[in-house]
Amino acid sequence: MQGNDACAEGAMAAGCRFFAGYPITPSSEVAEQMARRLPKVGGTFIQMEDEIASMAAIIGGAWTGVRSMTATSGPGFSLMMENIGYAAFTETPCVVINIQRGGPSTGQPTMAAQGDMLQARFGSHGDYSVIALAPSTVQEMFDLTVKAFNLADRFRVPAFLMSDEIIGHLRERVEFPDEVECIPPKPIKEGMLPFEPEDDLVPGFTPFGRGHRVHVTGLTHNEKGYPASTDPDLHEKLVVRLVEKVERARHEIADYDVVNPEAEIVFISYGAPTRAVRQALLDAPGKTYGHLNLRIVWPFPEGLLKKFPNARVFLVPEMNLGQIAREIQRHVDQPVIPIPRLGGELHIPSYLLKSAGEQE
Amino acid sequence: MKYDVLFSGFGGQGIILSAVVLGRAAAMYDGKYAVQSQSYGPEARGGASSSTVIISDDPIQYPKVLQPNLYVIMSEAGFLKFGAGAPESALMLIDTGLVQSRPQCRFMEIPATKQAKEVLGKPIVANIVMLGALVSSTGIVSFEAMEKAVLDSVPKGTEELNIRALNLGRDIVNKGENS
Repeated sequence: MQGNDACAEGAMAAGCRFFAGYPITPSSEVAEQMARRLPKVGGTFIQMEDEIASMAAIIGGAWTGVRSMTATSGPGFSLMMENIGYAAFTETPCVVINIQRGGPSTGQPTMAAQGDMLQARFGSHGDYSVIALAPSTVQEMFDLTVKAFNLADRFRVPAFLMSDEIIGHLRERVEFPDEVECIPPKPIKEGMLPFEPEDDLVPGFTPFGRGHRVHVTGLTHNEKGYPASTDPDLHEKLVVRLVEKVERARHEIADYDVVNPEAEIVFISYGAPTRAVRQALLDAPGKTYGHLNLRIVWPFPEGLLKKFPNARVFLVPEMNLGQIAREIQRHVDQPVIPIPRLGGELHIPSYLLKSAGEQE
Repeated sequence: MKYDVLFSGFGGQGIILSAVVLGRAAAMYDGKYAVQSQSYGPEARGGASSSTVIISDDPIQYPKVLQPNLYVIMSEAGFLKFGAGAPESALMLIDTGLVQSRPQCRFMEIPATKQAKEVLGKPIVANIVMLGALVSSTGIVSFEAMEKAVLDSVPKGTEELNIRALNLGRDIVNKGENS
């Protein structure tokens, strides 16, 4: 099965019943598959006029209590940014699939890239936090889509599946479990307000029409949800909470593989380049290179870097000019060397070994 | 054993489908590992098209084919773009009616499009003829697995035609070996 189809199957298994989107290469198969599948189970597929409207529609869908998703790439992801900020500020659980292609602008529609990794974290204005997952197999296109829904619901945030054209269009064997774990958002507790956080900093979520009066606004709001946009203390407290509710869980939700923790030269990767690193390690059985593969990139779990106590240098192959390498460098004293590959093709394993050899 | 297979021809011949069917035969019916990908671009019908599939007894990490060891070439343009540089150790199956050039490596001439037209009356199944020839000449997957994968992949009502095409490819190879 193709990666994009496995993503759609993951969404169906996770109980997604509303999809609004605008088709764009190389993500369109996700929408096509959702359009085929949703009507058969009483769900709704709607093709919107553009990606701005698509993002707005899934926010509305989520507030009706239905797991909601869209899928896009490149320019479409840019158009969604305004409403992604709205989703973050209104604490709306939703899932955005981004099958990354070469940018900027319309760039390389049919080629792979990982150029939207910082945009996923910081692309809308203001401070907020989100969750971003990165699959490197077709199986993970399924598994991590399910996980994205659960994390979006738990933290009341937009969750992004940051895949790319390589994995989206790759066909390999995938196994679907009989059922997947679906954890709905916790409801508002008795006596609590719609935007009043519990101990985990996340307010309970009760959709429209389920017994609570909820006002949803993109303006700075109090715990009732009413606008209160000129109160400096309230604004600061709210924004800090929105960032903290995600960031402080970064190690608890971290999802990763560690290989050769004793190594001095350590690769760090996520998404498609993980496949190139794994091949490089197989091709050089005499070498002990470390490898950290991240399945959740945001919030960035910097504590994992300490799992390589002997690390002298971190090598970071990415299909961009070093977006996550920059984040890693923030947390370590050792040199962090980006291994960028632009143009749409995956890193060649022998090139990774050459890069590692230069550090010996 | 690991096969890195490259299919090339022109858009509309079913080049991508061929790789998908081969991968499906290996992964679903022969208990092997397979990954399939394709050159993917704005080419429509008629442009040079290619797709690759890796088949292995062991899990496959790197999903892209860097150096094919098996080629199935169904157009001259596809040969020039993807087949001309084949290493000497590779094996190439060539649709003789459509490809004029010949490679440095070992090759087999399979008149797939010609025979599909003359014997079956449907040149559109030439890609399945090539798959039949590929399986018979290399044993890359079992013939039974390929039959099942073809049946999974073709439109309803064309099952018999496609199985005949698969058998035709096998017969072309067997006759060639006997003579």
